[in-house]
Amino acid sequence: MKFPIVKGAGYVLVNTPDMLVHNGSTQTTEKLTNPDSEYLKGLAEHIRTFDDVVAYLPNQVYIGNLHPEKLKEYDMPWFDKESPIKERFGKYGEIMPQDEFIGLMKMADAFDLVKLEKKFAAEVKQKLQRHPLFDETDIEKIKEGLGIEEITKQIDEHHAEGIYMDGKVVGCVKRAHDIDINLNAHTMFENIVVKASGALALRNLIAKNGLDPASIEYVIECSEEACGDINQRGGGNFAKAIAEMAGAVNATGSDTRGFCAAPTHALINASALVQAGVYENVVIVAGGATAKLGMNGKDHVKKGYPVLEDVLGGFAIMISQNDGTSPVIRTDLVGRHTVGTGSSPQAVITSLITAPLDKGNLKITDIDKYSVEMQNPDITKPAGAGDVPTSNYKMIGALGVKRKEIDRKDLMSFVEEHGLPGWAPTQGHIPSGVPYVGFAIDDMADGKIDKAMIVGKGSLFLGRMTNLFDGVSVIMEKNTGMEEKESVSKEEIKKLIAEAMRGFAETLTDE
Amino acid sequence: MSAFENKKIIIIGDRDGVPGPAIEECIKTVPGTEVVFSATECFV
Repeated sequence: MKFPIVKGAGYVLVNTPDMLVHNGSTQTTEKLTNPDSEYLKGLAEHIRTFDDVVAYLPNQVYIGNLHPEKLKEYDMPWFDKESPIKERFGKYGEIMPQDEFIGLMKMADAFDLVKLEKKFAAEVKQKLQRHPLFDETDIEKIKEGLGIEEITKQIDEHHAEGIYMDGKVVGCVKRAHDIDINLNAHTMFENIVVKASGALALRNLIAKNGLDPASIEYVIECSEEACGDINQRGGGNFAKAIAEMAGAVNATGSDTRGFCAAPTHALINASALVQAGVYENVVIVAGGATAKLGMNGKDHVKKGYPVLEDVLGGFAIMISQNDGTSPVIRTDLVGRHTVGTGSSPQAVITSLITAPLDKGNLKITDIDKYSVEMQNPDITKPAGAGDVPTSNYKMIGALGVKRKEIDRKDLMSFVEEHGLPGWAPTQGHIPSGVPYVGFAIDDMADGKIDKAMIVGKGSLFLGRMTNLFDGVSVIMEKNTGMEEKESVSKEEIKKLIAEAMRGFAETLTDE
Repeated sequence: MSAFENKKIIIIGDRDGVPGPAIEECIKTVPGTEVVFSATECFV
C-alpha cells in the first residue's frame, strides 16, 4: 500500500481579551442571568496582556517554539512562569494580537457586515502592513471605516454585535438578515471568527512549509460551528471560504463535523482521498471557537489565576502523496468507537487504541507517543476537570497492564515516556489529537520517534441527538523512504511458476 | 453494605473519565438502587 504523508502543519493562536469578555458563553450567560455579579465586576483584573500571552509557556509550545517535553521542566502552575522564548512568530505559526485579528475579520467579510471605526481601521491597516503574510490587496479590504456614532447606532438600534478593543467599541458585526436567527449578528460574529482564524492557520501552513497554495486541491474544515441560513443551518462551507482567503485557487472543499473528534476524522478522510488518488494534496483546517473563550473563567478568578482561556486556536495540516521522506498516515491502522462499542473506559480504549494496534501486530508500547486530548492542565486543573491528557495516558497504560504488555509498577513510567504534557487551549476541537502532528513530523525527522497515534474524541451527546460520544484514531509513522512495491497475489505467483515450468518443459521438448 | 443501597442515584459521568452508562451498570449491581438521572458531560 502506498500511504499518504503529512507534508506540513501550521498552528495559530489569536489573543482576544475583549472577545473573552463580550462573546465567551460563560460571560454572556452571566450577563443575562446575574448582571451585577462579582465575577463580572472583577473580571478585568484577571485579563492578561498580549505580552503575557506570548510569554506563556504552553502558547510558545503551540506555535512550535518549544517542544512539549520542555513543559516537564516547569512546576505548575505555568501562568506565573516566563517562557525562555517569547516570540510572537513561531516555527509552525504565530500568536496574533486582537487588533490585527479584527482587521483580519474585516478581510474575511464577504458581505460587508463588519464595520470598523475609522481611526481604528487606519491604525490596524498600518500594523498589518508589517505582517509578513498580508499584502496591499489584503489590507485594502479593511476599507476606510465609519464614524463611531454610526457603529453605536448599528449596535443600539439594529441588533449588531459590538467589536471591542481595550474595553471600547471599535466596530461591529451587523446581522445578515432581519429575522433569520442563523444569520443574526451573534452567529455571523462567530462564523467570521472561524473563517478568519482558519484562514490565518492556512496561510501560516503555506508560508511556514513553503507550499504552493495552487497545489491544494481539496480542503476539509473541521471546527465546531455551522454556517448556513434559515433553510439549512449547517449548509456550509467554511472550507471553500477559507481556501479562497488563502489563495488556494484550485481547491474546493467541504466541512466535516464531529465535535472535538472532527480533526481526526478529517485527517483520516483527507488521507483516504489522497491514497485513493482522488486528490494529490488535501488540507484539513479549523478556526477557533469564540464561545469557549473564558469558559472556565469563574474558577480561574476564584483561584486567583488570570483567565487563561484568552486565545482562539487554529490549525491546518496538509496531506499529500507519498514523497518518500515525510511521515506516513497508516490508513490500515485506524481505530473507531462504533455504535456498538459501549461506554466503559475499557471498551473505549480498546476500540480506539488496541484495535488498530492489533491489526498491525503492535503492542501498546510500540507507539512512541500518543497524542490524545492535549488540553493544557493549567486551564483544566483549577476548574476541577483534572489533567485530561494524563488521565487518558493512565487509561491506555492500564489496558497495557491488563494485556500484560506493561508491568503494573511501570504504569507511571509508561505515562512519562509515551505521553506528553498538555499545551493546547480548551477550544474543543483544537486540543484533540492534532496539536502534536507538527512536532511528530520533526520528532520523526530527528529520529526521536518512529510511531505516534493521533486520537480524537468528541462529545456527541452535547448536541442532544444521541447519548453516544465518539472517537477515531490513526497511526502516523516514520517514512521508510522505500517505495512500497505492489503486492503479488498467490494466484499470480502460481501463474508465474506455471509459466516458468511450461517454458522449461518446452526447452526440454525442443532439445 | 454499600453506601448506595436503597438510594435514588444521580449520575454525572465524565467523557474523559468514567462515562454515565458505565457508572449506571455498576450501580445496577447494588440492591435497592434507582437511577433517577444519568448523563455524561464534557468538562473541557
